[in-house]
Amino acid sequence: MSNVPELPSIVKSIKKRFLKMYFNAKAGHIGSSLSCTEILTFLKFSWMNENDELVLSKGHAAAVLYSVWAEAGIISEEEINTFYKNGTYLSAHPPVNKIKGIPFATGSLGHGLGLAAGLALASKLKKDDRKIFCVTSDGEINEGSTWEAVLFIKAQQLNNLIWIIDRNKLQGFGHTESIMPLEPLNEKLLAFGFDVIRINGHDINDFQKAKNGCQNCNKPTVIIADTNKGNGWEGMQDKLECHYLPMNLAQYEAMMLELAD
Amino acid sequence: MRKEFAKGLIDNFSLYPKQVFITGDLGFMALEEVRNVFADRFINAGVAEQNMVTIAASLAYEGFIPWVYSISPFVTLRPYEQLRNDVCLHNLPVKVVGNGGGYGYGIMGSTHHNNEDIGAMRILPNMKVLVPLVPTDVNEAIIWMLNNPQPNYLRLNLAANFKEHVPPFAQWRKIKSGSGAVVIGTGPVLGNLLELPDEIYQKLEIWAVSIFPIEDIPVELINRVNQCKRVLTMEEHSGNGGLNEAIAPFLLRNQASPSKYINIFSKGYPSGKYGDQSWHQEESGLKGDSLLNTIQDLLK
Repeated sequence: MSNVPELPSIVKSIKKRFLKMYFNAKAGHIGSSLSCTEILTFLKFSWMNENDELVLSKGHAAAVLYSVWAEAGIISEEEINTFYKNGTYLSAHPPVNKIKGIPFATGSLGHGLGLAAGLALASKLKKDDRKIFCVTSDGEINEGSTWEAVLFIKAQQLNNLIWIIDRNKLQGFGHTESIMPLEPLNEKLLAFGFDVIRINGHDINDFQKAKNGCQNCNKPTVIIADTNKGNGWEGMQDKLECHYLPMNLAQYEAMMLELAD
Repeated sequence: MRKEFAKGLIDNFSLYPKQVFITGDLGFMALEEVRNVFADRFINAGVAEQNMVTIAASLAYEGFIPWVYSISPFVTLRPYEQLRNDVCLHNLPVKVVGNGGGYGYGIMGSTHHNNEDIGAMRILPNMKVLVPLVPTDVNEAIIWMLNNPQPNYLRLNLAANFKEHVPPFAQWRKIKSGSGAVVIGTGPVLGNLLELPDEIYQKLEIWAVSIFPIEDIPVELINRVNQCKRVLTMEEHSGNGGLNEAIAPFLLRNQASPSKYINIFSKGYPSGKYGDQSWHQEESGLKGDSLLNTIQDLLK
């Protein structure tokens, strides 16, 4: 498990890897990965124990997940180079049954929280002490199935589940608050019986506080991580374009320069 | 078949200790004893079938054998993508149980009927569909499912009761011999043939299909089709995607050459009116005079 001071350099390495993957593949969803890089990095390197599970419900950010898993030595660099290519296991959304630590193929939104709830229930039935983490987007809170899972998690008191919402406030075709307003999200989730922690989702120190804050929680926990979609992508951050468009060479070089040691 | 189903679950509970039973808030006057026996392995997931199926996928991933139970359309069509993505793509042994396929829920109306379930379920990757016919099939189907490491869908309905000895539960079963025509059907709707005049019933050779997708077709059946030359398919299911469409390629590939090939199936709601299951079957030509007329024409 890494200490907080080491995490920024791990974040940089993970970003450089997935930016290269996206650039070589001429692929989009870059903003989605930049939005949750610190979330996944903190979970994998500073919070999760070996047997804990992570469900990335926002499967369109698979590249950052693959990069985090490569950083942890679970996916080889050789395999990373197959991203998006014919014959790869590393499709744009996580695959079925092929990679250790990726329990489910995700990508259709609104499935992940229920999957995590099922894993958390299994853990309770087995009486083991695993924690189950689930990272969702904010847009997929529109999905009715997400709310079915919310009710179920509370009904079963799944306090071994930690739900992190990547709250970047952009969804497929506009801003969350102009399409299906989510705020006041803290109050909504409090009313559903969750412990709610709100943090800056790009600040590693905030994550440490959140982790400390839910050491002894006896309720299900949700961490609302306020983030920027396309975080650090100059001219593209917080714009819809960063969800869909690939990088051009100048953008790629500028970002890699920014991340250089 | 609900009583047989509940009894089968209870009888097999201790033999297969990894089972978890999840209901979508149904089971009043039927599953109380199952709840008692399963204890902390009985979960009411509420009226939230999408989540129920997803939860079951995760439990199966963790090594449990989860049952998910509701009225047929609510456990198949409502959570269809959850079944495809979370369960079937991952080939997880989730055991889906739909009460009342076809017009089983009768006067409850069209929202509670399911004439699309066999088609919708049999095309899902890795999914096996089980359609019991007689009361003893239910426990045999439960045991079959508990031993099958794949996703399954069990279609429960009111069982048929044949006078003839019905072989054990299997994909293909010959129910009786006859030399006038071959009837191939699925599910208890085949029991409507018992109401035909005896001299007509005696002329029919009856075969039942109880597991989909079809893997093969018995040589004996192909031979009988070629001898009798008259074939009727019979299903309480849409004419699209069901039994007839499942077996036709096998008949064709095996050079079956009937001179008459008639298909009867659920026709939906031709009059727009509602009634009990038998009434809907009659309106679709699956029962009563209209069934008699079809078979008389077939035998000509």
